[in-house]
Amino acid sequence: MLYPGVPRDWFRNRDGMGLWEGRGKVVATGVGTSPTARRWDEKPETSMGAMTIIAIRKAIADAGISPDEIDGLVLTPDSTTGVSNDPNNPPPPGWEQHFKMASFPQAGITRGDIDWILLNMPELKNVKFMMNGAICMSVSFVAAAEAVARGLTKTCLVVRGWHNLAGRYYVGVGASALNTASGRGKYGSIWGMPACGTTAMVFEEYCRKYGKSHDQMANFVVTQRRNGLMNPDGYYSQHRPEMIAVEDYLTARWIAKPANIYDNDLPIMAALAVVFTTPERARNHKQKPVYILSHGQTRPESPGITPTLEQWEQSTDRMGRILYEGAGVGPDDLAFENMYDGFTLFHQFHLEGLRFAARGEQRGYALDLYETDIGIEGPNPVSPSGGNNGNGRTRWWNHRDSILQLQGRSPSQIKKKAEIGVSGAPMPDACDALIWSATPPV
Amino acid sequence: MDAKCQTFLCDEALGDGTTDAGRQSLSQAITVDGRHRRMVLGGFQQQSKLAGVLYPTLEAKGTKDMSKQSPIPNALDKPFYDACNEERLVVQYCTNCRRYQFPPQSACTRCGNNASVEWRQLSGRGRIISRVVVHDTPTSSLIPGQPFNVAAIALDEDSEVIMLSHLPGTPVDQVPIGAAVEVIFETTPATGQKVPEWRVVG
Repeated sequence: MLYPGVPRDWFRNRDGMGLWEGRGKVVATGVGTSPTARRWDEKPETSMGAMTIIAIRKAIADAGISPDEIDGLVLTPDSTTGVSNDPNNPPPPGWEQHFKMASFPQAGITRGDIDWILLNMPELKNVKFMMNGAICMSVSFVAAAEAVARGLTKTCLVVRGWHNLAGRYYVGVGASALNTASGRGKYGSIWGMPACGTTAMVFEEYCRKYGKSHDQMANFVVTQRRNGLMNPDGYYSQHRPEMIAVEDYLTARWIAKPANIYDNDLPIMAALAVVFTTPERARNHKQKPVYILSHGQTRPESPGITPTLEQWEQSTDRMGRILYEGAGVGPDDLAFENMYDGFTLFHQFHLEGLRFAARGEQRGYALDLYETDIGIEGPNPVSPSGGNNGNGRTRWWNHRDSILQLQGRSPSQIKKKAEIGVSGAPMPDACDALIWSATPPV
Repeated sequence: MDAKCQTFLCDEALGDGTTDAGRQSLSQAITVDGRHRRMVLGGFQQQSKLAGVLYPTLEAKGTKDMSKQSPIPNALDKPFYDACNEERLVVQYCTNCRRYQFPPQSACTRCGNNASVEWRQLSGRGRIISRVVVHDTPTSSLIPGQPFNVAAIALDEDSEVIMLSHLPGTPVDQVPIGAAVEVIFETTPATGQKVPEWRVVG
């Protein structure tokens, strides 16, 4: 059965919901990551669809199971938020000789599509449960967790691919070059803010309120790159293996001050697949199971064109409460946090909402924390995955690394014992997050 | 996920600004400041002169007249844009929730009721709560005016309702956070549609 979206009653989006009913009933095992590329060269074998197939096959192999055992597939069909083809554009020459065509012409090119995957992966012959998790792979992780916990699938793939076509990112089929503006974007686009502008505005409010400065972000951004360069699957380690220094960050050109070029993540192509299953079935999997203790959701409630500091703080505070209530753990139980960084300037909202490494502080402490030892060797590993900032834009490096950390096989493995961690994405007021554990809940 | 959330997430999408060499060089040329060691490219004077020809009003320091895109109204937001053309500021108000909202929505974003949403005229006064200085805009018509201010304006009637402004008359990077502002209306060149802008009072 194909579910076009996640049922609303699967979400945990308010206080007072208690322990998550699926707590300890779902685990992640196999992980598969495709190669990365900066942009698509229009060859079928390097398309987003091809990368997705690679990732799925690697995840199944990593789990050490047969494709026959896969009975569920949850996919985030949305791909890049940048340049997109007309959805009715035909595929490039040679495509139809390489792949079977689904009804959607751009399937596998600019959009993920479950039908397309199943057509082109005949080995997935037992998939019965199918669901789309819109916008962000975080939604798909949550959907798959609920689906396994509810018994709708026993062994489920969670999948997302990203494409990046040639051309300047987010110019949006030329709309930004027009002298008129239509659609909902017109309320903001006529003021010409780049995508990081909203985040930069709220960050500016944050710095003003708490007496912090943009320069205090430098160690975080440098550490992100360092962590990312440890990951052989990341874009930077594969294509631009150069470290950056604090000086690079402090002297970088502005995009929307106080956001500079290093505060923006690099759009890339890549795909990830993860195997979710039950603890019982995981006994036959090759990799150590990682338990999901809880998940949570926030969605924008701002009545204005851009959120405010207060709204982002309220939203991330609520996420922290929902996650901890559902998991039965607290901030002190977290060995690491892998919250989203796909603009670096909002990572601290997630971190503070979780009260990660807080010493009694409630808000306004994260930039001071960033200036301490936040690396993988230290007492407070912040974003050990390196995130989007250290690996390229996918919104899933953080989830992937949380699983690998708790399996003890992350390429940027933290030195302290990794027992419980958290990851979530994307925005401070539009987030899906999960708490993961190396062991079953007590 | 609801439509508002989807829209927001799409709006959030990144423009990393690194890929168009022409834009980048122009951006670098006009984003030099004292703190940052950015290049001043050889084409600066020539590009500046070109900008002056194409956009003659952009040369005045601190009083940039930005060539905004003209918004095309639709059925939902026509009351807002019609009022702008009459130099009145109206936004939606939910009588159930006693709450304003902007941009326009088909229903109240809190209670979901559409019958309770009506248009109300506002005082046109607000306060600057934050700002950015845009050095690398994706909007082509604004590139010659870089860098430029974009301020977040909280409306006096409801501080959660935010509008954006280029703050005409305010020098770049000298936005007075917390200052009172009042609405003015700017004519956009392509269609003549007026849009709300804001200027610092006093």
